[in-house]
Amino acid sequence: MNRLTFTQHANRRAFLRQSGVGLGAVALGSLFQTGHANSTESRTSGALGGLPHHTPTAKRVIYLFQSGAPSQFETFDYKPGLKALRSTELPDSVRMGQRLTGMTANQSAFPIAPSMFDFTQSGEAGTWISDLLPYTGKIADELCVIRSIHTEAINHDPAITFCQTGSQLAGRPSMGAWVAYGLGTLNRDLPTFVSLISRGMGRAAGQPLYDRLWGSGFLPSKYQGVKLRSSKEPVLYLNTPQGISQATRRGMLDDIAEMNRQKFAETADPEILTRIEQYELAFRMQATVPELTDISGETKQVLDMYGPDVHKPGTYARNCLLARRMIQRDVRFVQLYHMGWDQHNSLPDHMSKQCKDTDQPSAALIRDLQQRGLLEDTLVIWGGEFGRTVYCQGKLTKQDYGRDHHPRCFSIWMSGGGVKPGIVYGKTDDFGYNIVENPVHVNDLNATILHCLGIDHNRLTVKHQGLETRLTGVTKHNPVHDILI
Amino acid sequence: MFPQIPIVRMTDFVTACCLALCFCMALGGHASEQSLPTVDFNRDIRPILSDRCFACHGPDRNSEASELTDLRLDVRESAVEHETIVPGDAKSSELLKRVLSDDPDELMPPGDSQTPRLNEQQIELLRRWIEEGAEYQMLWSFIPPQQAELPQTQSAEWTKNAIDHFVLARLEEERLRPSPRADRQTLVRQVTLDLTGLPPTLAEVKDFINDRAPLQQAFEKVVDRLLASPQYGEHMAAEWLQLARFADSNGYQNDFRRSMWLWRDWVIGAFNDNMPFDQFAVEQMAGDLLPKASQSQIIATGFHRNNRTVTESGSIDEEWRVENNIDRVETTAAAFLGLTIGCARCHDHKYDPITQKEFYQFYAFFNSIDEKGVYGETRGNVGPKLRVPRVGDEQRLAEFDTKINQAEQNVLETLAKFDPRESDWLDKLRAAVVSKPSLQPYLHLPLQGGLEVTPSSPAYSQVPVARFLADAPKWKNSLTGKSLRLVGRSGTYLDLGKSINPDRDSAFSYSVWIRLERGNGTFISRMDDSANFRGWDTLVLEDGRLQVHLNHHGDDNAIAVTTEESIPLDRWAHVGLTYDGSSLASGVVVFINCKRTTLQVEKDNLKDTIVANQPVRIGRRSNGSFFRGAVSEFRWFKRVLTVEEMEQLIAGDLAQPQGFELESWSETRLALLRELVADHAGGELQAVKEAEAELRKQRKEFDSQIPTVMILKDLETPRPTYLLKRGVYDAPDESEQLRPDVPAMFAALEAEEPPNRLTLARWLTDPTNPLVARVTVNRIWQRFFGHGIVKSSDDFGAQGDPPSHPKLLDWLAVEFVESGWNLKELQKLIVVSATYQQSSAVTEAEFRHDPENRLLARGARFRLSAEVIRDNALSIGGLLSKTLGGPSVKPYQPSGLWKELAGGAGEPDYVQSEGDDLYRRSLYTNRKRTVPHSTMSTFDAPSFEICQAKRSITNTPLQALALLNDVTYVEAARGLAQRMINIVSDNQVERLRHGFRLATARWPTEKELKVLLLALDRNLKTYQSDSAAANELLEHGESSVGDAVGPAELAAYTVVAGVILNLDETITR
Repeated sequence: MNRLTFTQHANRRAFLRQSGVGLGAVALGSLFQTGHANSTESRTSGALGGLPHHTPTAKRVIYLFQSGAPSQFETFDYKPGLKALRSTELPDSVRMGQRLTGMTANQSAFPIAPSMFDFTQSGEAGTWISDLLPYTGKIADELCVIRSIHTEAINHDPAITFCQTGSQLAGRPSMGAWVAYGLGTLNRDLPTFVSLISRGMGRAAGQPLYDRLWGSGFLPSKYQGVKLRSSKEPVLYLNTPQGISQATRRGMLDDIAEMNRQKFAETADPEILTRIEQYELAFRMQATVPELTDISGETKQVLDMYGPDVHKPGTYARNCLLARRMIQRDVRFVQLYHMGWDQHNSLPDHMSKQCKDTDQPSAALIRDLQQRGLLEDTLVIWGGEFGRTVYCQGKLTKQDYGRDHHPRCFSIWMSGGGVKPGIVYGKTDDFGYNIVENPVHVNDLNATILHCLGIDHNRLTVKHQGLETRLTGVTKHNPVHDILI
Repeated sequence: MFPQIPIVRMTDFVTACCLALCFCMALGGHASEQSLPTVDFNRDIRPILSDRCFACHGPDRNSEASELTDLRLDVRESAVEHETIVPGDAKSSELLKRVLSDDPDELMPPGDSQTPRLNEQQIELLRRWIEEGAEYQMLWSFIPPQQAELPQTQSAEWTKNAIDHFVLARLEEERLRPSPRADRQTLVRQVTLDLTGLPPTLAEVKDFINDRAPLQQAFEKVVDRLLASPQYGEHMAAEWLQLARFADSNGYQNDFRRSMWLWRDWVIGAFNDNMPFDQFAVEQMAGDLLPKASQSQIIATGFHRNNRTVTESGSIDEEWRVENNIDRVETTAAAFLGLTIGCARCHDHKYDPITQKEFYQFYAFFNSIDEKGVYGETRGNVGPKLRVPRVGDEQRLAEFDTKINQAEQNVLETLAKFDPRESDWLDKLRAAVVSKPSLQPYLHLPLQGGLEVTPSSPAYSQVPVARFLADAPKWKNSLTGKSLRLVGRSGTYLDLGKSINPDRDSAFSYSVWIRLERGNGTFISRMDDSANFRGWDTLVLEDGRLQVHLNHHGDDNAIAVTTEESIPLDRWAHVGLTYDGSSLASGVVVFINCKRTTLQVEKDNLKDTIVANQPVRIGRRSNGSFFRGAVSEFRWFKRVLTVEEMEQLIAGDLAQPQGFELESWSETRLALLRELVADHAGGELQAVKEAEAELRKQRKEFDSQIPTVMILKDLETPRPTYLLKRGVYDAPDESEQLRPDVPAMFAALEAEEPPNRLTLARWLTDPTNPLVARVTVNRIWQRFFGHGIVKSSDDFGAQGDPPSHPKLLDWLAVEFVESGWNLKELQKLIVVSATYQQSSAVTEAEFRHDPENRLLARGARFRLSAEVIRDNALSIGGLLSKTLGGPSVKPYQPSGLWKELAGGAGEPDYVQSEGDDLYRRSLYTNRKRTVPHSTMSTFDAPSFEICQAKRSITNTPLQALALLNDVTYVEAARGLAQRMINIVSDNQVERLRHGFRLATARWPTEKELKVLLLALDRNLKTYQSDSAAANELLEHGESSVGDAVGPAELAAYTVVAGVILNLDETITR
């Protein structure tokens, strides 16, 4: 074998990556496309060789993560039979000795707390949706509601880490990082993977979030999500310091590039050329990011659709609008987080507020994407890290109750990107406690998301600590084909 | 060194191609079939079998395939017995048939599996290996290293030490030549950055260039100086901190702050003292178990307390205790053995000979550490911990105690002379008893020898449930007659049911007499600890200060106030509290002896209900916080009482049994009254009391800042260890109790020694251990060449990379052990080699030839680490502080980052350090695991959550933005500008040459100088015409701005300095 046959056989990009030139010459496109002028490669997006594994139905993802875990009883899992059982003890035959959190494990009684809120059948499909979510009801025919998601963790930190990285313990790459690593980028001037955070009105201080949730774990850090902040500097260090004009900055970049080129002539290290490119990209981002976050060009009709909060930076409504703007610009993976869904107590009050925060903007996002023809190839997911208990935490009164963490079932919805619209999948028992039909493990859900993107979750692996590691863990999981078009 | 993705390896056939490329065909492309070297099992065959076959036909006997066949391809006898391999006859070997088969039922690896089929090159290797006899070898890394003879080389004059012989022999095999030696300025810059993490000073550069001694000798002098400098230990520590997952926070949920800097200082000191690596390992793994362990040896055990700790309420203790220990197993294996043992947590290891049972035997070494899995909402260090007074601390405390004793004596003496009858306040009290109608409490619990409430209490008509489980209620005499004594145990408290039930919008007051016997306990509460401390209480702190809570959620939706004043120990005091229902901390007032206290507000963000699903308790909370002391005359009001009303209550109580005629009082009772009245006396008495209080406060403040560190300590009775089925904490296999032990593939532990951490540590560092020296040497090598001789420096198992220079690695490992595990000597050996000193400059063709520089035909060139990038810039800008050790610091970071994520929980705000602390080396930067410092992660520092042996090196626009715009670098540029200006008066060329040299250790070329001069000229014009912009630019950063030149000139130099700091060369070694 000689070198020529080798390069003929091997995917050139993969070879370069393996041999270490990767980031320097070709592969940097995963965070940002290189636009490498001399490259004859057609695949400048930075996708791994062999990807996508099959024809994708979704090119991009928006994950509307409801942090703190919204109750399924007040949102999507209609249990009218519970009304009659109000205040009665949850039968042991339902609970079957399953573990409880330290917060209610010592509770002497487990009285059933039916939802205080009514449900309405929505859309042609007649999907039961809580009256707390009237706008969501109007898009019922675009949604695939899954009532049978289950997880392994019972506390927030491990559970949310599990949803986003496939492991309860920190250190693994997040889903967006996997996608960026596998598929590369679709756009020239913006990050591939962006995260956005908003704080709910329902609970003063929600559960904290962690950088690791959009981190790259053991993947190179260029795959980590870029957090878009609501401050006047949406990306860290984006703004040129006071006292340096754009002209001065341009001059600096030219000087740096000129001297770097001189160094390259001496050392032939391609990393230097990459660095020159990165400085140019940084300069471009200084224009593209502010343009992205500037919503002044949006019509009143669009703004009204998202609701009044859209005028306040940092709100869920604003973030939903920004998500759409990013999708328009081909950001690959947009990860929203809305905090405050942890209703151990005062659930009726807090839940109403949380739903008010999110209902209208979530629905507006779906409609907006749809109207622009983007929903077809954009997958949207709405959901939290686990469910809530059917029994009351704390005192059950006429006006008030709370619910503890419940990992055994919860509800989410998906829309667009190749998912069947207007369906309900999975079923829980009469107590909303155990799944009786079509269980979907969090890793099945994640496998499904990857599947829509054209990725076989079993084949997107990276060797870490001797193991071929994947987003969906070591045990067998499958995409939920039943819900796919 | 070149950019790389060290941990990311391709799994498809490219891997094998590259192996084939590197090892089978000679790199020059001159190899022919005839000259192919013999196939080497470890180098050529094991990677294929391990990657594609072992998962089913390997060490894991519980794999799915093992139900169908007992064929093992990791054991020769098994493979031969099954005729899968017929040595010498590839055609008859089932293995070859299977990998070549087109029949999906026959093909191996099976077509439906996640493992792709073998490519031609791999199959060819297998064929040749079988033809050559199919010899197996034990995995190279499990065979103890031996020092080989130095290989013969043709151009031996190039070599400087043994390293070069191995490297050159390999180069000659490949018909390559080493690169020339780098020039002196490059050498001194690289070696200084490599050994200390800082650039050389100009004087150091000049000294080396001007040294007339032979070059090698002069270079050795530099190396010796660097190894002796304290900055060496700091730089070494930075890497060890990463392996040890060191951080300043506990890592989960609210991610509370912890303080482990004492351990960090120990590490820096150990490296600087050149502590032998075996000792370094033993003290960290088991310093506490060493005979007569010193304080320093105990601090060293902080290594295995750096793991994350759970504080989230509601978590399950055993689950997280197990996770802590699994983390310790994985960290020990990764840091010392270079093994990825974690797979065996759930099942037998699929690649390396480690069974699941062996995993838990290893785990057993750590399973008796005296710790909890969940430290419910605890801030700061959690036990076991060591308090480490600094020099003079104990003496200071003793001085405080002496002074406090004197002050106390002073108070007593002054008090003895005091006649309460002269007090105006007493007259007031006396008048109050006579003139005012008595106040009607909502609930009144007199506790005068019985538990009944006063019949008219509207709140509660029944007798409260006395939960005196162990003891009957104890009654004591008191200032008011009788009192109930609480003995400070869990079962001793009074349950008042849900008699009083204020919410955050209800006004209330209470009044009670207490006599404290010991600090730290709750005398009244209605609080649910397990619901994030929902409810309200009054707690006595260790020093007698009172803390009042009104909580919805104890962390972030609560009022918490603490009195500055204390109640006395073993003396009666009256406590009164009023709350106005405003949901504000300012609505709380606390009285001690009817004197309004000064309150420190700790939390003031109550927004939701404080009603807890718990009874009112006198003597404790729902869990713990037991009060020890006596109480009497508890009264509750559903409104705010005035001071006068409080006084009226006191007066009434005092008058209670015997009236207010002091003449009839006993001397004891008079003495107590004297104290009470004394609080209102003013004059000398007040002065001496305040003096005493002030001293106590100072002592407490002083004591609280005496540092502590979390350490290892074993339980007296070991915890039993069982295999955990599927790795799950609540599925122990109790059929067999496991004894601590090491995997059977290794040499056994010393039989006479107890199976504990110390024996494990000694086993690890025994010279016969095949891995520890190799792993350590390899990691050190990685520091200088960008990656190790074994590229997968975190995996020396079957799935790891084979070494590029196996004999060199073994030679160094043996040398290292024989030198007494001498890290400085090892590093000196490396850097004085000709291999290290090669120039990194190459032609494009040479680069393409060996892009990763695995053959070492040139010097390494790679970007500096996150820590060094910043330290380098601070140093060049003349800002770096050289203070060694101490607590972590908080340099610049964009505001709001913590708050956005933590939501006010934990430690809500990042409070930037001041002065010198803004410019400390980056290893001292505070590490909050859930929100890593913004530039650290941008430049590839991990989040320090788990042990990591290696970092990737990326090149992204976010890095460009940080270096261009972060105030750290803008300020450093101004510092560099200042240094340029200061060097010479008014000579642009000299100034720019100087600045460039500060950053790169060399003079700029003519072409480079021209760029800089033009830049300066352009920027001078800009800022001369826009002085406002100049002033704005100079305002960045906290350091002072020099005035040697005008703002326009300084600004222009700052911009040019920014160019220099952003050069690829400046951030590359």
